[in-house]
Parts: sequence; C-alpha cells; structure tokens
Amino acid sequence: MNPALTIPAFGPMLPEILMAAGVLVMVLFGAFRGERPGYGMNIIALALLAVTFLAVLMLPSERVETMAGSFVVDDFAKFMKALTLLGSAGGVILSLDYMRREGISRFEYPILIVLSTIGMMMVISANDLIALYLGLELLSLSSYVIAAFDRDNVRSTEAGLKYFVLGALSSGMLLYGASLIYGFTGSVSFPTIASVLTGTTVGIGAIVGLVFVAAGIAFKISAVPFHMWTPDVYEGSPTPVTAFFAAAPKMAGMAMATRVFIDAFPGILVQWQQIIVFISIASMALGSFAAIGQRNLKRLMAYSSIGNVGYALIGLAAGTPAGVQGVAIYMAIYLAMTLGSFAIILAMRRGNVMYESIDDLSGLARTHPALAFCLAMMMFSLAGIPPLAGFFAKFYVFAAAIEANLVALAVIGVVTSVVGAYYYLRIVKVMYFDAPGERYDAMPFGVKFVLAVSSVFVVLFGIVPAPLVAAAGAAARSLF
Amino acid sequence: MLGFGILSGLLVLPLVGAAFILTLRGDSEAARSNARWAALATTIATFLLSLVAWARFDIASASFQLVESHSWLTETIRFKLGVDGFSMPLVLLTTFLMPFCILASWDSIENRVKEYFVAFLVLETTMIGVFVALDLVLFYLFFEAGLIPMFLIIGIWGGKRRIYASFKFFLYTLLGSVLMLLAIMAMYWTAGTTDIPTLLTYKFAPNLQIWLWLAFFASFAVKMPMWPVHTWLPDAHVEAPTAGSVILAGVLLKMGGYGFIRVSLPMFPDASLYFAPLVYALSVIAIIYTSLVALMQEDIKKLIAYSSVAHMGFVTMGLFSMNEQGIQGAMFTMISHGLVSGALFLSVGVIYDRMHTREIKAYGGLVNRMPLYAVVFLILTMANVALPGTSGFIGEFLTLMGAFRSNTWVAFFAASGVILSAAYALWLYRRVVYGELDKPALQNITDLNRREIITFAPLILLIIYYGIQPGPILDAFAAPTDALMTSVQAALATVKTAALAAN
Repeated sequence: MNPALTIPAFGPMLPEILMAAGVLVMVLFGAFRGERPGYGMNIIALALLAVTFLAVLMLPSERVETMAGSFVVDDFAKFMKALTLLGSAGGVILSLDYMRREGISRFEYPILIVLSTIGMMMVISANDLIALYLGLELLSLSSYVIAAFDRDNVRSTEAGLKYFVLGALSSGMLLYGASLIYGFTGSVSFPTIASVLTGTTVGIGAIVGLVFVAAGIAFKISAVPFHMWTPDVYEGSPTPVTAFFAAAPKMAGMAMATRVFIDAFPGILVQWQQIIVFISIASMALGSFAAIGQRNLKRLMAYSSIGNVGYALIGLAAGTPAGVQGVAIYMAIYLAMTLGSFAIILAMRRGNVMYESIDDLSGLARTHPALAFCLAMMMFSLAGIPPLAGFFAKFYVFAAAIEANLVALAVIGVVTSVVGAYYYLRIVKVMYFDAPGERYDAMPFGVKFVLAVSSVFVVLFGIVPAPLVAAAGAAARSLF
Repeated sequence: MLGFGILSGLLVLPLVGAAFILTLRGDSEAARSNARWAALATTIATFLLSLVAWARFDIASASFQLVESHSWLTETIRFKLGVDGFSMPLVLLTTFLMPFCILASWDSIENRVKEYFVAFLVLETTMIGVFVALDLVLFYLFFEAGLIPMFLIIGIWGGKRRIYASFKFFLYTLLGSVLMLLAIMAMYWTAGTTDIPTLLTYKFAPNLQIWLWLAFFASFAVKMPMWPVHTWLPDAHVEAPTAGSVILAGVLLKMGGYGFIRVSLPMFPDASLYFAPLVYALSVIAIIYTSLVALMQEDIKKLIAYSSVAHMGFVTMGLFSMNEQGIQGAMFTMISHGLVSGALFLSVGVIYDRMHTREIKAYGGLVNRMPLYAVVFLILTMANVALPGTSGFIGEFLTLMGAFRSNTWVAFFAASGVILSAAYALWLYRRVVYGELDKPALQNITDLNRREIITFAPLILLIIYYGIQPGPILDAFAAPTDALMTSVQAALATVKTAALAAN
C-alpha cells in the first residue's frame, strides 16, 4: 500500500481543528480591529472554547487512532480535554475585569490562551513522542508569553523569563530522553515502545531515557524536585494568569504523565513506579511543609499545587485502572478548588490595589461572610476534610495506592495531608477568628460566576458523586 | 418520599433549620431572637422525630432497623443508614442534648449569633450521621465532617487560648482519623464492600486484623480519648463555649466508644482479643492517672474534662472485657456520662455566665446565695462520683463486674479510681459551694433563673430515673450484645480450634 494515498481521518481531531481555525480568525480579527476597549475577543475565545467543549463531548467513546497513529482519542482524552477546556475558560473569565483595570487588556491574551489550549489538547491526545513534544512546545511557548503579559511590571517579566529559561531546560531534557528511548526501542510510537519494553529485555539506555522523560514531565506538572519555578512564576504572573497556570496546564500535564507511563511503559511498571513514588512523596512533603511559612496567598497556592500534584501522582504510582480513575477524579476536583481559590484572591481589591497577603484576609467573615464561607470551604476541601469534594479526590487516589499495596506511600500521604491541613486551617483562622479589616470592592461578575460554580461543586459534590466517578472510571478503563 | 426514611429525615432536619437561619437578614436583636427560636424549634423537632424513630424501633431484634439504602459513590459504596440497639440510644442522646445546648447559648452567645446556631445544627447532623451510617465510608465522612463546625465553635466563640485549642483539637483528631481511612480502603479491597452489615459477617485474616485494628484504634483512641492521646481534650473543653463543651463531652467522646463496638470488636475479634491487655493497661492508667491529675486542677472545666477521660477509661475497659456485663456497662456508662457530664458543663456555664471565670479559687460559699444551684450541682457531683441511685453507678458497677470476670487485677486497680473520683469531685464541690461567701464579687450573684431550671430539670430527672430503673436502656443493648457475643465467640472458637489443630 502506498502511504501517500492514505488520507488520515480528521473526525477525531475535529475539536483541535476547530480551535486552530478559530484562533487564526481571532488573530486576523484582532489585527484588523486593533486595540479597542470591550470584551469582544474574550467573548469570541469563550465561544470557541464552548464549541470545542461540545465537540469533545460528541467524540466517539471507543479508542480511535489517526494521523498514522500519532494522535489518539479515547475516553481518557475526552475526559481530560473537557477539564482542560473548563480550566482555560476559567482563566479567560477570571481575567476579564482584572486585565481592564490593570490596563493590560490586549487582544493577544485570549489568543494566547486558546493557542496554549490547543497545545494541551494535542498533548493529551499524543500517541507518540514527537506529537507529545510538539503539543508541549505550543503549550509552553504560549505560557511563557502570558506569564510576562504585564510587561511593564518587573515581577511579571521576571516570572516570564524564569519560566522560559527553566521551561526550555526541561523541554530539552524531555527531548533528550525521547531520543534515547527512540534509540533503544527503535520507535517513537507509544504502542510500539510498549511492545518492545517488556519485563526482561530492558536496556539501561531506555531506562535513562525514561528518567529524562520523567524529569521533563515532572517539570511541567511542577513536581518536586523540578518545582523551583512554581512559586516565583505563580507570584509574579498577573493573578488570572496564575489561576490559568494552576488549572488548565496541570490537567494536560497530568494527562500527559498518565498516558506516557501507562501507555508507553506498561511493561516496566516496577522501573517507573519507584520514580513516581519518590516524586509523589517529595512533592507532598514539600508542598505541606514549605507552605507553612508563606505569607503571600499566591505563593501559598503555588506550594499547595505542588502538594496536590503529589497526591494526584499517588494514583499514577499505583499504575492500575483504579489509580488512573483516582488521577482523573483528583484533577477534576482540584480544578474546581483551584479556580475557586483564585477567584477569591482576585476579589481582594480596594480601588486600584490588589491584596494578596494572608493577613489581608483578616476578619473576612465579618466583612464578606459569603466570600469567607466559600474560601473556608475551598480550604477545608483542599485539606481533604469530608464531606467536601477534596475528600473524595483524596479518597480515590489513596484507595488505589492501598489496592496496589503501596501502603507506605499512602501512610506518608495521609500524614502530610494532616501537616497540610495546618496551613489551610490557618487561612480559615485568619478569616474567622481575627479582627476584621476594611471591606473590599464588589466582585466583578466573571469572578463571582467562577466562584459560585466552583463553590457549589465543592460543597455539594458529596451528594451526587456518582456521575463524575463513573465518567472517570470509563476514562481510566480506556487506557488499559 | 423517594425511598427516604426517617433516618434521612433526622439528618436533613437540622440542615433545613440551618438553611433557614442563614436566610435571616441583618444582625438586629429581632434577627438574633429569630435565630435562637429557629434553632430551638429545629432541635426540638429533631428530638421528636428521633422519638418517632424510637417508637418504630423493635427493641427485641438484634438486626439493623429503619434501613434505607441509596446509590452513592459506586454500587458497593452506598448511602446506607440504619440503627440497632447500640446506635439508637446514642442517637436519642444526641437529639436530646441539643435543645439544652441551644438553651445554654441563649444569652451567653452575643456576637455572630446566626453563625453559631448554624454551626451547631450542622454539627448535629454530622453526629447523628456517625451513629446511623451503615457504610464505613459514610461513617468516616460524618466522623470527620464534625471537625469543621467544632473547629469553628471553639475558635470563634471560645475563651482566651481558643486558637491554640481549636488547632490542637482539629489536627489531633485528623491525624488519628486518616489512618482509619486507609484501613477502610484496605477493608474495601479485601472484602469488596464497605457495607457494615456485610463486613460484620466477613472474616478478615488474623494478621490483617492486627493492622486494621491498630489503624482504627489510632482514630478511636484519640476521639475517646484514651491516655496518652487525651491531651487535646482538656484544652478543647476549657476553651470551648459551654454548649460546645456539653456536646464535646456528651456526644463527640461517645463516637470513639461507638466505633469500638461497631467496628473494632465485631469485625476484628482476634485482634481485639490480642490487644485487650494493651487496652486494659491504657484504661487503668487513664482511670488512675487522670483522676490524680483532676485533683490538682484549678480550673473547674479542666477538672471535669479530666474526669471525663477517667470515665472513658471505664468504657474502654468494659468494652474489651468482652463479656455481657462489660459491654452493656460500657454502653450504659456512655449514655450516663453523656447526661452527667453534659449537665456538669451546663452547671459550670451557669456560674461562668455570671462571673466570667472558671477558676475554682474565685468561688466559695455559693450555697449562701444560690441554694437551688447548690442542690443541682450536688446531685450532678454525686452522679459523677457514681453514687448508687444515680445512673453513673449502674455503668461503673457493670463495667467493673465485667472486668472482674475477665481480669481481677484490672478490676482492682480500676476500682481505686472510684475512690479517687469521689475525692476530686467532692473536693471541688467543697471549694466551690461550701465555706464562707467572702469574695466581694460573689456578694450579688443570683440563683438559677427559670430558663436554667427548665434546662436542668429533665437532665436530673433522667439521671436519677436511670439510676433506679436502668432497664429501658439496658434492654436496648441486650439484643445486639448477644449477637455480638455469639459472633465474637464463634470467631474466637475457630481460632482456638485452628491453633489446637496446628499443635
């Protein structure tokens, strides 16, 4: 058969194609229209994300490969893509009022968000190392730019530069690892790598490649010991951008980690399991202990996200369907918690000044009872206290670890979660037990919307958890 | 109603009340008054509903009743509720104590009144949930969820060191509980379900039982609390507002004992037998040591808190004697202690509201100005000492008898705790109530008002009634105790025959 005559099926790629076409239109539109006040471009971006979301939901649920096997769509990809799109939409909605007030409302921002979202979706669907790398670069390069989006602000440009330098380093590591794996297995395609690397025939070169790939992935999901960029980038970037970083790319990163390890290296689970276990323990411990000393909320959320990645990785370390289900549930719930928390940080504004220190939350329960209640629920949920959503997230990953006999990992995990509870509680303490400060300005509509949706999800998830649990279960089964 | 039964109603009703209070606008005196009345009405309605449940409850049956089951996480982890003879009295105790807590907070809570009552009503739901949950994940969910409102109650409306106390309370109990969560997961993967009735008939391998028992023990021992993990309790008690202390002593401490009898004893009989000496040792140390510590306290609430730890020592001792008297005595002690310590904290609240101090030294000679109060406090002190004729005696006597049948030395040492409890309780009474009324601040102290009399009357009547007529409660325990004894004995017999066969 002559390969030149085969036209790949484009159906499974419809969401990506839609977005790519849409973003080109947006670029033209923006270029001709120029800088104008209003939310026009943001609304187009949101509409694009919404349409893509629907397109993702309508994809067939059986596993389909296309583009000569380098692009795959299955339930797992659908689930994670839906989460990513929600995260990106959250990033756009949260930015609406902020960008205008800070005077950095430029039409490039929604375009860059959409571009980076395309990268994420490609990463999630990548079925070989080249496609993975391409998607990752699109995601990363757009991210570097929006980190420095407040370009006259030293903190923001510093964040962008730091992110770029360290990100480039990690991309290099990933690429180097990919080339080693290619060299020692003779293929970049995940299914082929999986069929070559089985139990007994593993060369040391492929293992070294695996380690490098793991390092690159750990950087992208900000897991210890490749987490150093996270607090600085989170603190320096404009707050809605930080919210976006904490939400959407995390989804894609965890999806990437899961697909690479489960799809490409299932035969050598014992080899990578120890890497993931180590990364997971280190992330949970650092996330819990280092956050205790933080005074800045954005930095605190950075450490919190490091810790949360550690918990999500517990599910991956299990390497079982239950574990992947745990990862999927964890990421879905984490998305709601992180967007909700950042919505509250964005609500802390008086006039033109944004407040982002923990002490600025003092007595919030007296001045803004509803806001304080929502943040308290987010914090208890992040600490994993039932009946809030965060408990169920932790429940599924720990259950997977127990099933896979990783008891030590689970015990360390729950103990660090108690340590972590301390700093989440401290926020509740500041809001509820301390004397009140001045009132903040009224919340803009977009922030209020995101906060309302995520709070309702976090508080009431425990009543009807079954749909999400079932969807995550289907997503997990599609990988095995 | 969509298959939701009376137990769901018990869980939802307080939440409905809480939601109603949240809708009240403003912080005017009228709004506060509405919040108080709404909370009182809700708790009374919940109590009445629990009485309906009690009326439908068949006391002679050992099986779970009023069962309802709804799909929840998966088909194997369900939202399943039900009660048996062990849990039904504890549900009644909870719903019975709640209106008194609301009454005790009537005037003493002055700021953030609405939030206070919302927290209390949410707390009530979680407490009832612990006792009616028939699924371990659901049990854990309610067990932990109670931490949130209690943390806020101590932290917002507590005393001077409230922040330290609330953090200690939260983190201590959380650390104990998370290990239990892991054990629940291990049970899920082993038995394929977290359904409590199914797990009660499941036989876990003996070496797995050891680990599971230890994990559950970590949680229940902290909650109980047992020596040496009891240190959070005095702090929490001292700093909590009066009603918080009542609930803490009256209901929250009972969750540990309930957990032992619901999970540890029936599901891990081999491990329970194996660890019984450890529990005995800790119980006896708790009884003697904390009684001695109680002698030296200068704070009334702290003294009662330490006496609670000692009484909980009797409960664990009775439970792990694993005979009929011990188990029924332990359960009875829990109910009785719920009434007595709850009432004791209320009576401390009475003088605290007037003088705003809990120092024993600040009082003395109260009998001269507060004769009614002196009578109430005397009856409660005697019940705390376990004087025959009060409910305290029945429980203490039965647990000692159970322990005596199982291990005479344990009973011997524990009995010395009875003397010590008389020492600290009577000495406290002597210092607070008797003597000359020479403190200037006390010259104008007033006796119990009508609200306070209404609060104490039913509690004291019940304490004396159950002291003379313990039958109603003991009958409820009888059927499930028999069932527990037969299943435990059967499990132990198989172990013994296996051991003999191996020899």
